[in-house]
Amino acid sequence: MITLEHVYWLMGVLAAGVAWVNARDASNPKRWNNAAFWGLYAATFLAGSWLPHAVTGCLVIAMVAVASIGKLGQTTRESQTAAQREASAARWGNRLFLPALTIPAVTLLGTFVLKTATVGGAPIVDPKQVTQISLALGALAGLAVAMVMLRPPAAAPLHEARRLWDAVGWAAVLPQMLAALGALFATAGVGKVVSTLAERWLPLGTPLAAVVTYTVGMALFTMIMGNAFAAFPVMTAGIGLPLVMTRFGGDVTVMAAVGMLSGFCGTLMTPMAANYNIVPAALLELPDEYAVIKAQIPTALLLLAANTAIMYAFVYRQ
Amino acid sequence: MLTLIGILIVVAGFAARLNPLLVVTVAGLATGLASGLGPVQVVAAFGKAFTESRYVAIVWLVLPVIGLLERAGLKERARAVIAAVPAATTGRVLMIYFAVRQITAALGLISLGGHAQMVRPLVAPMAEGAAENRFGALRAATRFRIRAHASAVDNVAVFFGEDIFIAIGSILLIKGFLEQNGINVEPARLALWAVPTAVSAWLIHNVRLLLLDRSLRREATASPVPIAPAQHEEPAA
Repeated sequence: MITLEHVYWLMGVLAAGVAWVNARDASNPKRWNNAAFWGLYAATFLAGSWLPHAVTGCLVIAMVAVASIGKLGQTTRESQTAAQREASAARWGNRLFLPALTIPAVTLLGTFVLKTATVGGAPIVDPKQVTQISLALGALAGLAVAMVMLRPPAAAPLHEARRLWDAVGWAAVLPQMLAALGALFATAGVGKVVSTLAERWLPLGTPLAAVVTYTVGMALFTMIMGNAFAAFPVMTAGIGLPLVMTRFGGDVTVMAAVGMLSGFCGTLMTPMAANYNIVPAALLELPDEYAVIKAQIPTALLLLAANTAIMYAFVYRQ
Repeated sequence: MLTLIGILIVVAGFAARLNPLLVVTVAGLATGLASGLGPVQVVAAFGKAFTESRYVAIVWLVLPVIGLLERAGLKERARAVIAAVPAATTGRVLMIYFAVRQITAALGLISLGGHAQMVRPLVAPMAEGAAENRFGALRAATRFRIRAHASAVDNVAVFFGEDIFIAIGSILLIKGFLEQNGINVEPARLALWAVPTAVSAWLIHNVRLLLLDRSLRREATASPVPIAPAQHEEPAA
């Protein structure tokens, strides 16, 4: 059976390869920092499942030290000039889209087919991890199509992955770090403290005030936690269920559905949701790491107001 | 109250624009220590959560193929395709992507997009290409603004489309949490109540994309960039 562990081996090999390419590239003045960073990252994939968690924690702290104190660099070498790329684009035309579209096509196919596929009664992939494994298969299929079609040098995929991953830099690891922070927040009971404070200090005497506190609270707490899924249980147990539902007789389905979506408005506005907001800014090589958040704030605020109006209009009507 | 020290560190650290990786690590360690864990336990808790969330990094497996295609001129081709459509504008390109992304997400097909797979190699170059088509060479700031909007479209469309699909994570989380509290809700009704917000998101963001087109046009006519034919060079970082 294929499990996530196999995908992690693949990730480990990719990260180790990127570390290796970096180590050999004299054009990058920080090449040893880059090599150490991606090498440590590779270790968390290859050995993370059986290393003691404290050791993995030390590896992670070492990565942070390399990236924040030592800083990462980038190669100055371009594999192809702009003119070469233009010529290649003209030569291949729309066929270039084929490998790119293979990724989502195979990912989707995988999620549908592999969920129930079995060999001799045993499932081919772990049914709980179908989505992630399908994404990995989609990436491999896209790579295979591109290699057959374009026939680049064998090391080209690794060099190109290195170029992109170094452009993203430390931001590539931030989502995992934030997940770790969220876990520590949960252990320390940060959510309970926040909802106790909210109950004590906010005016919640009217049905409208309860709705506004719940939707705005979902957005704010999501901004702190970086994740609406972490905010939802805390805010719903603290404000939604006791006030909107029990005290003022609101409909729990409307409240929960629109409440979660209010949290998503918060996700659009916070650097804590790194994989949506900070990673894309790095991936698109934007000088301002908050540029994506800034583009999203007007929509997020208007939509939060819309959510509050929708909830107030319908939650007490059922 | 000491448990909130992590939040304080995060807010202050992000505001001061320190390296987020460092800020988050310090905040996590401080929160763990403040809650009474020993130093080794805190590091172990950090390592455990990092290990358990490795699945979020799987998307990086697409980098080799995306990089390879960029090397072969994928971005240049995406720009050329848009250049052949005279009616294309940045806002319209992004509106079409918004609609496709939101509708497919509502059908549960959330893996049909993403920043690494779609935005960097295809959507952003097309949105930039549409602007170049109309206004010639772009200033770096304009180019960055268009790219940021391309990413924003991917996020907004998927966030406010996926909840219409009944088997998505957030719907299951709501159902599971309410069940723990002795309340039963229908996933189909939860999904139904995501529709008004989805429509609002579509309206709000599409108006903003129309305004983006207008502001790009105004910017270009007010002060055209004095560079001859459109250069497809990456701006210096």
